[in-house]
Amino acid sequence: MKTHILVVLMQDHPGVLNRAVSMFRRRGYNIASLAVGHTETAGISRMTVVVESDHVEQVVKQLYRLVEVLKVSDVTDDPTVEREMALVKLHVPSQQRAEIVALAEVFGAKIVDVSVTAMVIEMTGGPAKVDNFIDMVRPFGIKEMMRTGRIAMVRGARGHSGADLVDTGWQNDVAGAASAAAQ
Amino acid sequence: MSDKRTGAQILCEALIQNGVDTMFGLPGGAIMPFYHAMWEYRSELRHILCRHEQGAGHAAEGFARSTGRIGVCIGTSGPGTTNLVTPIADAWMDSTPMLAICGQVSSAVLGKDAFQETDITGITMPITKHNYLIKRVEDIAYAVKEAIFIATTGRPGPVLVDITKDALQASVVPDYSKKIFLPGYRPTYQGSKKQIKAALELMLQSKKPVMMIGNGVMMANASDEVMAFAERYQIPVITTLHGLGAFPQDHPLSLGMPGMHGWVHVNRAIQESDFLLNIGGRFDDRVTGKASTFAPNASIVHVDIDPSEIGKNVEVDVPIVGDAKLVLLSMLEEEPEEAKVTQFQQVAAEWLVYVRELQAKHQHKQQYLNRPDTSVMMPHDVYAVLTKEMNERGNYRVVTDVGQHQMWAAQLIDWYRPRTHITSGGAGTMGFAMPAALGVAVAHPEDTVWVVCGDGGFQMTNQEMIVVVQENIKNIKIAIINNGFLGMVRQWQELFEGKRYSGTPLTSPNFQKLAEAYGWTGITVESGDQIDAAVQQAYATDGPVLIDFRVEREVNVFPMVPQNKSIGEMITE
Repeated sequence: MKTHILVVLMQDHPGVLNRAVSMFRRRGYNIASLAVGHTETAGISRMTVVVESDHVEQVVKQLYRLVEVLKVSDVTDDPTVEREMALVKLHVPSQQRAEIVALAEVFGAKIVDVSVTAMVIEMTGGPAKVDNFIDMVRPFGIKEMMRTGRIAMVRGARGHSGADLVDTGWQNDVAGAASAAAQ
Repeated sequence: MSDKRTGAQILCEALIQNGVDTMFGLPGGAIMPFYHAMWEYRSELRHILCRHEQGAGHAAEGFARSTGRIGVCIGTSGPGTTNLVTPIADAWMDSTPMLAICGQVSSAVLGKDAFQETDITGITMPITKHNYLIKRVEDIAYAVKEAIFIATTGRPGPVLVDITKDALQASVVPDYSKKIFLPGYRPTYQGSKKQIKAALELMLQSKKPVMMIGNGVMMANASDEVMAFAERYQIPVITTLHGLGAFPQDHPLSLGMPGMHGWVHVNRAIQESDFLLNIGGRFDDRVTGKASTFAPNASIVHVDIDPSEIGKNVEVDVPIVGDAKLVLLSMLEEEPEEAKVTQFQQVAAEWLVYVRELQAKHQHKQQYLNRPDTSVMMPHDVYAVLTKEMNERGNYRVVTDVGQHQMWAAQLIDWYRPRTHITSGGAGTMGFAMPAALGVAVAHPEDTVWVVCGDGGFQMTNQEMIVVVQENIKNIKIAIINNGFLGMVRQWQELFEGKRYSGTPLTSPNFQKLAEAYGWTGITVESGDQIDAAVQQAYATDGPVLIDFRVEREVNVFPMVPQNKSIGEMITE
């Protein structure tokens, strides 16, 4: 199955994430990763979802059926910046600290906590780079690890701004349009 | 109007303002404030007390499906709303505009497993077009407006509004003026001109064209446009289960129903066609059979208001997203070269002759129809009499349940007018017919509403019979096609499971006595020669009548396409 990255803008209502995720589950689409958060525009949330499906067009259409979903874009084939973050707690006796610090430096990871026998490292990067970093530190002994879902943004001026939706009239009164059409 | 109102009063006023005049429901703890307020508005807002929320939900569906207006059902929190789940799912599958109003426990105890608390918005999320949990009195008026708007526009569907008891009890100065704000909901009504031109071009090049119409035509009230288009181009018309009645069956261009229990000539026509125009049908598996084998030679044009239906089950050559009526009107506005049209009409006429030959060849295999010996009562005999009487008397609507009787009704009754055939299609909900007929009868007091159902499905919801009496409804007649089996399952067991009748033989109460206990007129018919008199008596009786037709027990619905087979492979006897 092909992996797709979808960027979804939706109204920031209670339950909206539940609606989207429940749709993925019941239609049998497999979510590989999911990240949700606020956008630059008040009232609009943004979800980046990595989904495995050979019928991504159906996934997009089913998302659009949700009343609170404003815009869905498949950015799989677009040039994007993709990021994930991982927090990794390593078992580090003092004699290995220097080695870990050097490794973190190579990956551009930050050491955010140090104690007598442990370190917490914050690693941010593309999914492959994060994977790679984790493989490298695994031999030291990972005590705990937590990864966020992937977030993605299209490079260049083009994009998926909530503000664009405001400009294109997301505040229009749809009732007028629909009743005109229903005649 | 600057006076304060309770949430419950606001709910009543918002419903009235948004065109609601009839509701079906049951009271209970959490919804009580609404019932308290409803009393003040009873001249404008008729409440019909059902005996089970499932009945209320199906009644709302019957009301909606037969009118095109929103159907409203009410349940209290907890079991009151979980009982609504089946009709909501049914309305979801059949795109029925429905508003479910649910009482919820007070916001102070919400989420604490309070008495009769159920997360009904969570439960119904996958089977509603949208739903709301309203916890503030200020939000009620707008939620009702938006909910009815969503339920009735675009592709219609059920919307649920769950309101906490404290929101119903609290008071506020109502504001009904807030404009609908739904930036993510913009149904496409007008079809793309470019696509419409492409569709017509494809059609005019074809030699074996068919048009298939479904529920979308009914929902869009597009029967006249279907007729105009079919006659303009002389293209044969196939009507799906939910399309029955949208195109008159006696029209020279009408072919009939396709699919699992469709006619042989219709399925053959689809399989041999080189062009198929599907308007407002969703290529359900009961229509397509094994989807990959459906209409293998045809270029397919799919008109649907819901983009997600296009390309979901069947690959499409020309997709047109739009309202069936408006798309057909746009198609009619197109003026292709007259010579091309004339040529197309001739080719289509030759094709139709061929299909009619197929029909003549296969029609005789509809055993039992018009047979001389009627001493044994076949289900078909009942339908023959019902059809004759309905045709002679006119003004009928038929509500069917799910199973063998439903397919026989679809096959054997003559469908002429839209919204006269009401059934549970997508969900296949046994127990639908009796309560749905209640909604149809309330909406159409001038029509005779026939419930045709099986002995199995009837027993799932027959408690609603008493509502008919309480509400003094007289225009419902029930015909039970009683074969002592869960018949369709039995048929599958006979055909595919070596006649192991596991869980299908069915003992029923004496339906005549049951009817009488409910204050209905009950009739039992045990032989073919009594059918006519019973139906006459039903018509002559000023009040609800139940006829128990004890038909031959092991009769099968034919033709039939076995599950997951091509519709070209039909069993005919």
